[in-house]
Amino acid sequence: MIDSKIYGEYVTAWCPGCGNHDVLLALKDALARQNLEPHQFALVSGIGQAAKIVHYVRGNGFNGLHGRALPPAQALKLVHPELKVVVESGDGCTYGEGGNHLLAAIRRNLDITLIVHNNQIYGLTKGQSSPTTMTGHVTKNNPLGVFDQPFNPVAVAVAMRASFVARSFSGLKEHAAATIAAAMEHKGFSLVDMHSPCVSFNKVNTFAWYKSRCKEVSHDPANWDEAMKAAMVFGDEIPIGVIYREQRPSKETLLPQCRDGAMYRRPVDMDKVAEHMMSYA
Amino acid sequence: MREELHLILGGEAGQGLDTVAGLLGKAVVRSGRHLLTVQHVMSRVRGGHNNFRMRLASRPVQGPPDTFDLLAAMSRESVDLHRERLADGAVVLVDGGWDMPPGPGLIGIPFAELASRPVFRNVALMGVLGAMLGIEADILRELVADNFRAKGDQIVASNLDVLAASMQWAAANTPSLPLPGEGDSVTRLAMDGNQALVLGALAAGVRFCGYYPMSPATSIAEGLAQVAVDMGVVVEQGEDEIAAANMALGAAFGGARSIVPTSGGGFALMTEAVSLAGVMEMPVVFVVAQRPGPATGLATRTEQADLELVLRAGHGEFHRAILAPASVEDCFHLTHKAFDLAEKFQGPVFILSDQYLASAVRSVEPFDLGALPPVAGPDLSDADPDGYRRYDWSAPVSPRRIPGHGKSLVLADCHEHDEQGHIIEAADIRVRMQDKRLAKLDVLRAEILPPVSTGEAEPDLLLVGWGSSGEVLREVAGILQERGVRAASLCFTQVWPLAPETFLQRLHAAECVVAVEGNSTGQFARLLREATGFHIANSVLRYDGRALTAGYVLERLAPILEAL
Repeated sequence: MIDSKIYGEYVTAWCPGCGNHDVLLALKDALARQNLEPHQFALVSGIGQAAKIVHYVRGNGFNGLHGRALPPAQALKLVHPELKVVVESGDGCTYGEGGNHLLAAIRRNLDITLIVHNNQIYGLTKGQSSPTTMTGHVTKNNPLGVFDQPFNPVAVAVAMRASFVARSFSGLKEHAAATIAAAMEHKGFSLVDMHSPCVSFNKVNTFAWYKSRCKEVSHDPANWDEAMKAAMVFGDEIPIGVIYREQRPSKETLLPQCRDGAMYRRPVDMDKVAEHMMSYA
Repeated sequence: MREELHLILGGEAGQGLDTVAGLLGKAVVRSGRHLLTVQHVMSRVRGGHNNFRMRLASRPVQGPPDTFDLLAAMSRESVDLHRERLADGAVVLVDGGWDMPPGPGLIGIPFAELASRPVFRNVALMGVLGAMLGIEADILRELVADNFRAKGDQIVASNLDVLAASMQWAAANTPSLPLPGEGDSVTRLAMDGNQALVLGALAAGVRFCGYYPMSPATSIAEGLAQVAVDMGVVVEQGEDEIAAANMALGAAFGGARSIVPTSGGGFALMTEAVSLAGVMEMPVVFVVAQRPGPATGLATRTEQADLELVLRAGHGEFHRAILAPASVEDCFHLTHKAFDLAEKFQGPVFILSDQYLASAVRSVEPFDLGALPPVAGPDLSDADPDGYRRYDWSAPVSPRRIPGHGKSLVLADCHEHDEQGHIIEAADIRVRMQDKRLAKLDVLRAEILPPVSTGEAEPDLLLVGWGSSGEVLREVAGILQERGVRAASLCFTQVWPLAPETFLQRLHAAECVVAVEGNSTGQFARLLREATGFHIANSVLRYDGRALTAGYVLERLAPILEAL
């Protein structure tokens, strides 16, 4: 196993006690467990506190726009299949601004891993409700409490038969690292909904709140009905672990043009261009 | 003998007129003649009224035709709609089964006899037209056989029987309208702008296309998809245009030459990604095939009204190049050039086309693939990987390496960043990095395409246009010269950045300058004034969704010419 020091140490912009510090450690731990050297992977993110993680890991990185982490990550995997691609961003970026991209990414099933730092609040913009903020939660922008129903990413992903769906909690370091590693080792699209408390703007879903509720699932993750049942549970109990897993070929293995490795190495075949041109004669 | 022959095929959507126009066009080109086929289609899959206007000649043709020598009407409506456009002595082909009073030139084709089933009507029409034009039977037979080959021998044989019977009927019952001239033996292609654009992209080594379907750009993605496996291209339909554009940036990050075809409405959603390409210094080629707006506008028609959108799209300040092909040949060469330019200056390059150019089929000689200049690529050296900085500011253009190629680590960032690509907020780094990016303008300036000019240097009338209006400008200038007017034309195939030293003198030297554009406010004339201070006082504008034609321009130039 590689020493995780290889991934560097950076001064972060995160608050002391923020769950993101633990997710960062878990990610480095998971990378090390897979013996991935910095040049062998790329981290792709959007915008938000979580998305800054790209700047705190020594490796290749693409820090894109808010909500738009998944589209470049998928294209990167398609044109450069040997690269390990990990997407990290928050609940606002992934489940709000980028919601449509999440649905499409589940359907495409490329061999990439999506880790969502889910703190159920907007941190970077200082405390507005997010798609996963619970009903009744009073936030700066919802003084009467949130009326909208929270988005359940795990249930949506299982319903769509995403090929790997897991939930973890940043406060459980070994669980978080092992879950990320399992997601990355899975061949296909993997979602890790990683609860990670925001110590500054979410006084409801705190470290203690999560810790007392997280419970490892015991069902067979290959059983969709059982997975769906577990996916619908969130509140007094929060099921963690691998909720659903299904093995099917990932898209880049199905496309013949992606099978010869990174596409930038492929020279232009002018004879074929000429042949195509003359089909118009 | 006629120098040119103009045909118009009209009917409902779903009748397959596009197939007839396509096959007949190919037959004309294989007969050694020049061709332009302009499609006018409605935004519907069935019904309505579509038409295909064909200009056939023994010499190269320029803009779309205004009057017609033959109308083939597959719907009753078509006869009334196009009556005004018919030349004296024109032939009108209709369905012989229609209850119509006889009229001059009116000929009923007995489709009921020639085509035992409605699906054969297209081939019957092709047989009649082919025979009237005097096209060799072998050329027609080969095209019909190729077209139906995938459907099996039986279908091919039935269609060939219909073709033969229809040609035989036409020989006895229709006047001859022979193809102009003798025809030569030069091999030519029948190709539309989007097909040439696809070919240019393939020749440049395109490896990724991100798109969301939108007329008139969709056929670019579809054209690439048809050859994707064979040529090694990933063509991915995004869940929306935002995804398509951001995907292209991700693919470019991975080293793939990337293209994003769209139209104005789709491009509006991509503007955030354009800005991202600016700050990330990512080479991406955007194709904006214009159609009339605002909003959904006229979905299947043409316009040149998105110049200002493309010029300003994206928040913040960064450079871009905008190429505006005037012809099918330009679609090929400028697309090839766009990939080179995008990599050389590391940023977004645009091809600003339009529905007319995208879909009009022209006869062109095969492109000289061997003479194409090389296309710039990323830095694949991996020298001193620990010292590598993606945004090294010792020169305006930094070495662009590819993640996973060697040990160099590559970081692309949407924030203002330092040389490594890490987020910064320091004022001095911000200024230095912005200055570095802006200094890349010199790379673009070194390769600006000068406008194409015809006519004398000090004309009485100078017509100025850009993009697809170029061929009409040249045609109008030529017609006026024949009438004794000292007319000239100036057509821009690159509309940004501009190099005034290559054209400003010509503007000043002309007695009268007229801007000719396919929009309602004269966007390019405004841009020229912004860039040079030169005010073009006269304009001929078209914004009814139809392509500029010589007739349209000449009619509106008349009062200006009178005042000269």
